[in-house]
Amino acid sequence: MTVEPVDAAASRGPARGLFAGMPRRRRRRLSLGAQYTLFAAAVVVVALLADWPTLRENFAKQEVAEQLFPDIITVGLRNTAVYTAVGFGLGLAGGLVVALMRLSTAAPYRWLATAYIEVFRGLPLLLIFIFVAVGVPLAFPGTEIPGGAVGQAGLALGLAATAYIAETIRAGIEAVPRGQVEAARSLGMSQGRAMWTIILPQAFRIVIPPLTNQVVLLCKDSSLVLFLGITLEQRELTKFGRDLAGQKGNTTPIIVAGICYLIITIPLSLLARRLEARQRRGQR
Amino acid sequence: MTRTGEPAGADAGAIEISGLHKSFGANEVLRGIDFRVDAGEVVCVIGPSGSGKSTLLRCVNLLEEPSAGTVRVAGAEVTDPDVDIDAVRRRIGMVFQSFNLFPHLTALGNVAVAQRKVLRRGKRDAERIARENLERVGLADKVGAYPAQLSGGQQQRVAIARALAMGPEVMLFDEPTSALDPELVGDVLGVMRGLAEAGMTMLVVTHEMSFAREVADRVAFMDGGVIVEQGEAARMVTDPDHERTREFLSRVLDPAAARVQGGER
Ligand SMILES: Nc1ncnc2c1ncn2[C@@H]1O[C@H](COP(=O)(O)OP(=O)(O)OP(=O)(O)O)[C@@H](O)[C@H]1O
Ligand SMILES: [Mg+2]
Repeated sequence: MTVEPVDAAASRGPARGLFAGMPRRRRRRLSLGAQYTLFAAAVVVVALLADWPTLRENFAKQEVAEQLFPDIITVGLRNTAVYTAVGFGLGLAGGLVVALMRLSTAAPYRWLATAYIEVFRGLPLLLIFIFVAVGVPLAFPGTEIPGGAVGQAGLALGLAATAYIAETIRAGIEAVPRGQVEAARSLGMSQGRAMWTIILPQAFRIVIPPLTNQVVLLCKDSSLVLFLGITLEQRELTKFGRDLAGQKGNTTPIIVAGICYLIITIPLSLLARRLEARQRRGQR
Repeated sequence: MTRTGEPAGADAGAIEISGLHKSFGANEVLRGIDFRVDAGEVVCVIGPSGSGKSTLLRCVNLLEEPSAGTVRVAGAEVTDPDVDIDAVRRRIGMVFQSFNLFPHLTALGNVAVAQRKVLRRGKRDAERIARENLERVGLADKVGAYPAQLSGGQQQRVAIARALAMGPEVMLFDEPTSALDPELVGDVLGVMRGLAEAGMTMLVVTHEMSFAREVADRVAFMDGGVIVEQGEAARMVTDPDHERTREFLSRVLDPAAARVQGGER
C-alpha cells in the first residue's frame, strides 16, 4: 500500500513545466537532484570567492585560540555554569511556590501569582539585571545582595525564571488526571499531602523536558552578566570572549566562547527532545 | 471539635443518609435521598447513566459536598462542618471505575503510601500490611510491578488492596468492573465476593446483575436523582415493583434487544 501525499492527484494531472509527462516518482527525483546541484554550486562559489587566509586569521587564529585556554574553561565556562545553576535553583524554588499560589483556592494568592508571572514575563531580562545591579543598591543604600556577582546574576536570572517555571509547573500539575487527587483524598490524605506525595512527583516527570529547555535559555541569558560590574574572576563566557577579542584585536575568542556555549546547550536540547519523545511514547 | 472518634450507636447503620440533595449549579442531581446500609451489609446501586449513582457515592466520602441533608458513616457525621474529613475518609475505602492507581509508585508503594503518610505506620509495618493485602487480592507476585505493567483487572485489584490496607469500616465501589475487558471482570468480582463473605460493609454501584443477585443483600434502583425502589436482591432483579426498574433491567440484562429497539445507552 502506497501512501500518497494529499496533492498527489493534482501533481499527476495535466502536464506541468519542465518535467511534464514523466511518472511522478521520476519527476520528484529529478526535481530533488536539481535542488541538490544548485545547493552544491552555491557552496562551491562561496568557497572559491571567500578569502580563506583572512577569514582564518580573523575567526580561527590558532595562537589566539591557544592563549584562551585553560581560562576560558576554568573561568568562563565555569562561571556560566555557576550563574545558570544558581539562577535555575532559585527559579525552580520560586516557580514551585508561585505555581502552587497560582492554583491556590485563596484568591489573593492567585492574584499575586498571576501578577508576578505577567510582570516578569513582560520585562526584558536586561532591565531585570540592571534593576538588581543598579536599582537595588540605589533604592536601599548600604544593602548588598549576598553572594556578590553570583548572587546578583543568580537573583536576576532567578526572578525571571521563576515566572516561566511557575507556568511550566502549573501546566504539569494540571496535566495530572483529576482522579489522582481524588484517590489520594479518599485515602485520607490532606490537600497538601496529596499535592506533595502524589501530584508533584507526577507533575515533575511531565515538566522535565521543558525544564531542561529552561536551563538552555538560562545558560544563554547568563551572558547578560556582561552588564554587571564584575571582576576578572567573575567573567563568564560572553564577557570573557568579548574582553579577549578586544585585547587581541581578533574575533577568535568570540568564536571559541560560542563553541563553549554550544557544548552545553546542544546536548541539553537533544536530551530534552529525547525525554519528550520518550514521554510521548510512554503515554498509553 | 471532631466527632470521628465517637463509637457507633447500637442501632446506627454503617452508612445513614437522610434528605440528601446535591446540585451542580442549576442541575439538581440528587433530589432527596434517604438511605441506610447496615454494618456487614452489601448493597448494590443500579440505575441508568446520569441518574446520580456516582454522585451519591461521592457524597458519602465528601468528594462531593452535599447541598443539603446529612450523611453519617460509622457514627461520624460526615456533613458536620466541624468534622475532620481526612479522619473520616480513612475509615471509608473507595474504588473507582478508572482505578486511579498512582503511576509513579509500584503496587507495593501504592498500597503502602497512605498507610505511611496518613496512618504514620513505619516502613516495615506498612509494607508488611501492603503485602498481606496484595496477597489477599491474588497479586502476591506483582508487588514490584508499576501500574503500567499490570492489566486492568490487576490494577483494580491493587486499588482494592490499597483501600483495604487502611482498615476501612465501609467500602464504596463505583462501577469497579466497567472499564475492564470482559475476561478480567471475574477476578475483580471474585475479590469483592470474598470481601463480602468476610463481612465487609459494601456499597457498590454496578451493572453486573449476576453479582448483585448472588452477592448483594439488597439492591437499590436509582433514577432521576432519587431511589425509586429498593429491596432484597433476588426479588429486585427478577421481580421489581416499578415499571422503570423493569425497563432498566430488561435493557441491562439484554443489551442487544435494547439496541434493536433503539433504547438509549
Ligand atoms: N462535577 C460535576 N459538575 C457538574 N455536573 C456534574 C458533576 N458530576 C456529575 N455531574 C452531573 O450529574 C449527573 C449525574 O452524574 P453521575 O456521575 O452521578 O451519574 P451516574 O449515575 O454515576 O452515571 P454513570 O452511570 O454514567 O456513571 C450528570 O448529569 C452529570 O452531568
Ligand atoms: Mg457513575
